[in-house]
Amino acid sequence: MNKYLERLYNGIIKENPTFVLMLGMCPTLAVTSSAINGLGMGLSTTVVLVLSNLLISLFRKIIPNGVRMPAFIVIVASLVTIVQFMLQAYIPSLSSALGVYIPLIVVNCIILGRAESYASKNPPVESIFDGLGMGLGFTFGLTCIGLIREILGAGTAFNVVLSELSKGIAIGLLICGLLLICGIGYWIYKHVSPLNIFLETVAIIIALAGLIATLGALYTPITIFIMAPGAFLVLAVLVVVMNLVRARMKEQGEPLAEPTGCLAGNCASCGQAGACQFANEKNEEVDKA
Amino acid sequence: MSETYQVSSSPHVREKVTTGNIMLYVIIALLPTTLFGIYNFGWRALLLIVVTIATCVISEFVFNIIAKRKQTISDCSAIVTGLLLALNFPSTLPIWEAVIGGFFAIIIVKMVFGGLGQNFMNPALGARCFLLIAFAADMTSFISGTKYDGIASATPLAMIRNEGLSSVNVQDMLLGNTAGTIGETSAIAILIGAIILILFGVIDLKIPGSYIVTFALFMFLFGADRFNINYVVAQLCGGGLMLGAFFMATDYVTSPITPMGKIVFGICCGLLTGIFRCFGANAEGVSFAIILSNLLVPLIEKVTIPRAFGIKKEAKKNE
Repeated sequence: MNKYLERLYNGIIKENPTFVLMLGMCPTLAVTSSAINGLGMGLSTTVVLVLSNLLISLFRKIIPNGVRMPAFIVIVASLVTIVQFMLQAYIPSLSSALGVYIPLIVVNCIILGRAESYASKNPPVESIFDGLGMGLGFTFGLTCIGLIREILGAGTAFNVVLSELSKGIAIGLLICGLLLICGIGYWIYKHVSPLNIFLETVAIIIALAGLIATLGALYTPITIFIMAPGAFLVLAVLVVVMNLVRARMKEQGEPLAEPTGCLAGNCASCGQAGACQFANEKNEEVDKA
Repeated sequence: MSETYQVSSSPHVREKVTTGNIMLYVIIALLPTTLFGIYNFGWRALLLIVVTIATCVISEFVFNIIAKRKQTISDCSAIVTGLLLALNFPSTLPIWEAVIGGFFAIIIVKMVFGGLGQNFMNPALGARCFLLIAFAADMTSFISGTKYDGIASATPLAMIRNEGLSSVNVQDMLLGNTAGTIGETSAIAILIGAIILILFGVIDLKIPGSYIVTFALFMFLFGADRFNINYVVAQLCGGGLMLGAFFMATDYVTSPITPMGKIVFGICCGLLTGIFRCFGANAEGVSFAIILSNLLVPLIEKVTIPRAFGIKKEAKKNE
């Protein structure tokens, strides 16, 4: 595979930041109360991620190793400020819906994580594609979670009221979703990979939207899903599913990337270094040397 | 000497109490309340109760099979959870919402955390609060019982809050001819159940006693109509206070085991209920007060461990 496409595939599917690496959980929980918010947050992060990866990759030989974190933060913060002003100017409604989470992109661990572990070691073009892949993967994750919460909690999808859809479309969505679930389910039964799990997620969302549109007025939105506890419930279910997938993929002999709670490599300043496999390996290396 | 002696290691004297037994006593104690609720609200209440209990038992059964755990439905705790949860529903609640409630109580609050004995909050109350947030409108649309058949009506607590004490009749509240959830309306039926529980030794008075006394004092001092005994009595009989104090706060798993801790726990519940009822957005606050206190239980137990016999208090170290 082309190395640029490989970066995209890696970011969106293989090391999807939301579902596989479990990075950026703060915005994931906070802004996914609707699909539009999730999409907006994801795309804003993507823009920042692509540009910051490019800049950091360009400057990677100039930035002294000792002060690389502050240097990354300065670059990311400038970009976030630009994005924030752009949003305020052109999409004020989204800007007010996302609120403080736009400035908080500065400390988003996906961005610093990619800067530290990829952009600062690789040439610019690959870094751009890496950022694009990771950003789109994040957008995909947030939009999925946002859609699930919005459909269950408000009975709408992308602000379209589902119960007002015509019956034909509703039943069509439902049948289409159910067929996809069965088809992809058979594929998953044969061979588990993140790709077919994500496709199954999309199929489930389509079927869910169809079901609720078909039920129409019979369905009372479960409002808790667009409130804070709903985010935890949805995320908990996703983590359960990903753990099952992880166990299954280990059986198949192709283990999935482990969730990284840290910026790998920065163990000296980490409070959990004692319990961390990464840090222990590093210490052993140091001991050997 | 034809007697044969069995030689075995201690313990030799065994208590006959089992989880199943205790749960059975609780079910018996809940019967007056349940029957009155069915009498008051009709067949719809019976349907809700049956559906919720069935959901709880089936969820636990299926979860145990899927998770390959030992089957635990025979200890009756799922039945108690289902019954308590159903008593917390208004009789007009749609059936599918009751099913979601039962599922949430058993799977999310109880089984995921390891089953009976491991749950961190009362399953029935956890599910009630979930439904209260998820379906706010359905969970708070009450109809009056036998008095005005099927007419939407405010609960006595909401009436006291909005129209003052004179709008309610304390005698009706004692008997239960008022609007409310299936199990909370009749204070007398609940008290009969409470007496059964106390006589069988299932609960002692520490938690409900300290709960009710604290709450009454709080209402007497800080209530909207302060220093008025009638107001305090109306507040005591209204809402889920009695049901909560005797049947939910006393849940073994989610209340402290130390004697002092039980009293502290009751005071916590009483204070929180008072605060929620006086200053909260809703007229009712018993369920939130109890689950919040449930979360405090590990802390309460930690600070109220009784001193073992013969062990001196450790002198404070000066460093």
